[in-house]
Amino acid sequence: MPRVPVTFTVNGAEQAEFVEPGTVLIDILRDKLGLTGAKLGCAQGTCGACSVMVDGRLKLACLIPAERLSGAAVETIEGVDLGGRLHPIQRAFADGFAAQCGFCTSGMILAAKALLDRNPDPDRRAVIEAISGNICRCTGYEPIIAAVLVAAAEMRLARSA
Amino acid sequence: MEHVRGFFAAERTDDLKAVGSSRLRSDIAGHVTGKTQFYADRNPRGMLYLKMVRSPHHHARIKRVDASAALSSLGVVRILGHSDVPANIYTILRLIQVEPNDEPVLAVDKVRFQGEPVLAVIAESEAGARAAVAKVKVDYEELPAVFDVEEALKPGAPLVNEYHGHNYFTYESYPFRRVRHGDVEKGFAAADHVIEERYQSSPIEHAPLETTGCIVVPEANGRLTCYSDTQALFFTLDNAALILNVPFQKLRMIGGTVGGGFGGKVDVIVEPIAMLAAMLTNRPVKYAYTREEEMQVSSPRAAERIYIKDGVMKDGRIVARQIRLYADAGAYSRHSPYGTTKAAAHMPGPYTIPNVHVDCHCVYTNRTPSSAMRGFGVTIADFALEVQMDRLARLVGRDPIEFRMINAYRDGDMKAHGKVTDGAALVETMQAAAELAGWRLSDWAKRQSSLKREG
Amino acid sequence: MARARGRGVAAVNYPTGMNLGGDPSQALVHATTTGNFVVTLSSVDLGQGLKTVMQQIAAEALGVPVDTVIIDTADTDTGPHDMGTFASRSTHRTGNAIVMAAKEAREVLLQVAAEELEVGAADLVTDGKGNIHVVGVEGKSISVIETALAAHFKHGRTVSGRGMYLPTRSYPDPTTGKMTPANTYAHACTIAEVEVDTETGDVAVLSLKSAYEIGRAINPRMVEQQIVGGAWMGMSHALYETTEPYYPDRSHGPVDFNEYVMPGPGDLPEFAGVILERPSHDGPFGAKGVGEMTANAPIPAIANAIFDAVGVRVDSLPITPEKVLRGILAKEGEAGAS
Repeated sequence: MPRVPVTFTVNGAEQAEFVEPGTVLIDILRDKLGLTGAKLGCAQGTCGACSVMVDGRLKLACLIPAERLSGAAVETIEGVDLGGRLHPIQRAFADGFAAQCGFCTSGMILAAKALLDRNPDPDRRAVIEAISGNICRCTGYEPIIAAVLVAAAEMRLARSA
Repeated sequence: MEHVRGFFAAERTDDLKAVGSSRLRSDIAGHVTGKTQFYADRNPRGMLYLKMVRSPHHHARIKRVDASAALSSLGVVRILGHSDVPANIYTILRLIQVEPNDEPVLAVDKVRFQGEPVLAVIAESEAGARAAVAKVKVDYEELPAVFDVEEALKPGAPLVNEYHGHNYFTYESYPFRRVRHGDVEKGFAAADHVIEERYQSSPIEHAPLETTGCIVVPEANGRLTCYSDTQALFFTLDNAALILNVPFQKLRMIGGTVGGGFGGKVDVIVEPIAMLAAMLTNRPVKYAYTREEEMQVSSPRAAERIYIKDGVMKDGRIVARQIRLYADAGAYSRHSPYGTTKAAAHMPGPYTIPNVHVDCHCVYTNRTPSSAMRGFGVTIADFALEVQMDRLARLVGRDPIEFRMINAYRDGDMKAHGKVTDGAALVETMQAAAELAGWRLSDWAKRQSSLKREG
Repeated sequence: MARARGRGVAAVNYPTGMNLGGDPSQALVHATTTGNFVVTLSSVDLGQGLKTVMQQIAAEALGVPVDTVIIDTADTDTGPHDMGTFASRSTHRTGNAIVMAAKEAREVLLQVAAEELEVGAADLVTDGKGNIHVVGVEGKSISVIETALAAHFKHGRTVSGRGMYLPTRSYPDPTTGKMTPANTYAHACTIAEVEVDTETGDVAVLSLKSAYEIGRAINPRMVEQQIVGGAWMGMSHALYETTEPYYPDRSHGPVDFNEYVMPGPGDLPEFAGVILERPSHDGPFGAKGVGEMTANAPIPAIANAIFDAVGVRVDSLPITPEKVLRGILAKEGEAGAS
């Protein structure tokens, strides 16, 4: 089958690829662009390990075929840090021991970022809803919720300073 | 979490520098930036994908295998059957001298569980491999299957595994692992109350976020490098070499971080066949479980059925405990004979009981072969034991914690498996938990110590 | 709608390692010319964080700053044998191997430092901050970096060590079961509080409060990670998980996370815990393994709490709302009949 062209940006950088029809975004990111931070946990859209932002909204990269990507702005974990410095969400996860195996962490951080980008002062309930599409088998979620709240507070403080 | 330093302070010096510090994990920066390396975070050029043809039946004879349509399917490079595997037998337990080796790498004439691998299809793309798998035609003759541990042990039950000749693992001429301590019948006769209860569990999945898998890369010098999420590198290397019948130095195992193991990645189930495929095609091969395979084909925690018969005195002492445990190994042994021994060793729980009789059966059924999972041999036993303790406490009218303290092991007590208790701390652990949770204890309970038994 | 609360307790121990199988681990330690210490292993990190724990054990045993210890693991071409990461064995077995290897390396380090300072090696102490001091003599010291340089380029000594830990394998007597399954046991006690909806059988776990006795907490926050993660897994195991929801009918087994249900972040109880330490005789700095046991006490504690709440004893896992509701209805039926 003839390949299809797809052009989109990833973390601000333009990409142009030829892919088999129906290739999903997670495979383009990991296999073609070498951006292996987003993980493949289920390929069924139920675990959240492949979470990325597409045009500012949290999406599951295992469910997005290449044909839907033209012109899209994709943001992955590789684009979260601030020019080599950890983003406050990353810092809060690190300081808060909010990861063990790390496989869900990229998706969790994107989910947290998607929340804090639109709601800088979430309560615990809002954090829980925001990460409810991301499964973690190791941590029991509690340190992740705590880390997101800590990050939110720090980001509010930095903005008001 | 608070350290309760008062307990056992005399046995400890708390002056360490590096140990005891909650320093940040060395891998956390990698985790939060997506840079931590997992086995699948690589894409070698020319990589092929391996997908398995699996049995849809729980128990069946293989009459005919027709892979012709699959072979000519788009992108298919090779299809492997049992005759391609140099030593077509899993050897997991051979290296620790626990025979027999009862599981084929690829099925020969029979399948014994739903999902058992029959043919390995290797293709240029994952989609191509999947499509080809669907084109393989296998004619099966279905056989009666058994899914219950006690049914499997009845005469006339379908024989799951001809290698054993019966549906249980033999522990040196005994059909179960035995522990004998004292005389339970005398204990029951002397007891004020005797109860017998039954406990059961369902198999559960490890459900790691990263599925089982590996990527094997043939090197220029003829060696194979296997990037795997196995929990045991040398275990995997040694077993794979035996299956492939190659010198051990031909293989190199490299692990990264495993995306959750929990005991589910110690079965050496993907590496040998992927290595064989890489050897025969001289190209990198990836064999990764899909989530469906991880859930329904990969080994779960064994389902167990446990009968506990206890003789207890009015004053709360358990004087006799008889346990009959059935661990469902599923269709093949894997680590279950070891896990069943571990269960026997765990009995009767952290309690000093003068008469203990344990029979632990490792039983074969047509369920998914089970294997190690977090708490192997112990988790389900603890469920049964601690619910039983709750029942007994209420039977004799005691607070559940105080009832456990009456029976808790102390230093110097003889255990059922013949060792003297040393380093006991159950009493203090209960005291600390009660304090944390606001569970009021009597003065008697607060005075108890693991170092000696008080009247 | 009626809700009933109850609390339950469970107390357990757990063996470290697998005396009943093969249980060896090895470690190699060597210093670089500039006083870093590479610890070479074949242990696989599953997320429990053994690379950090091993780094701390090595630093303590060597007497050097943790940041100067480099853990190199998971390549069979370079790492010495390790049985694998399971059975709660790594901190204990591999940790012991590291202690042994570190001891040998440290001896060489102190011998070289002694020659450089012209004292006896017995007169030296390490401060854990990168220096080696002569006891009782103010200002007489040498840095680990200088010592390593001297060892490599002046004295021709390898500042390195080899470690191996192999507990004696135990073969159970087939008739009596006499055996040595482990030499070291950790302990746990969990108290669970639940709230049962008596109309649906749904169980909400309100709190899981535990005490863990683990010999020596090498990294307390990481022990906490195991306790909380394990408590969640225990809750999931007790109330939610099964690969055979319609057993003995084996069809409709779950194939995705929509069907294989586990508690989400909205289902969490209050987690609380305390740590006790009764050092083991044979663990590195007295440590015992903790990784596996953390789901074990929560499961029966929850089952016992359900009984306390509604008088229903479910003795099969998972304890689904259906089983609880059937029990409640059966009790009401009995009450009605009497």
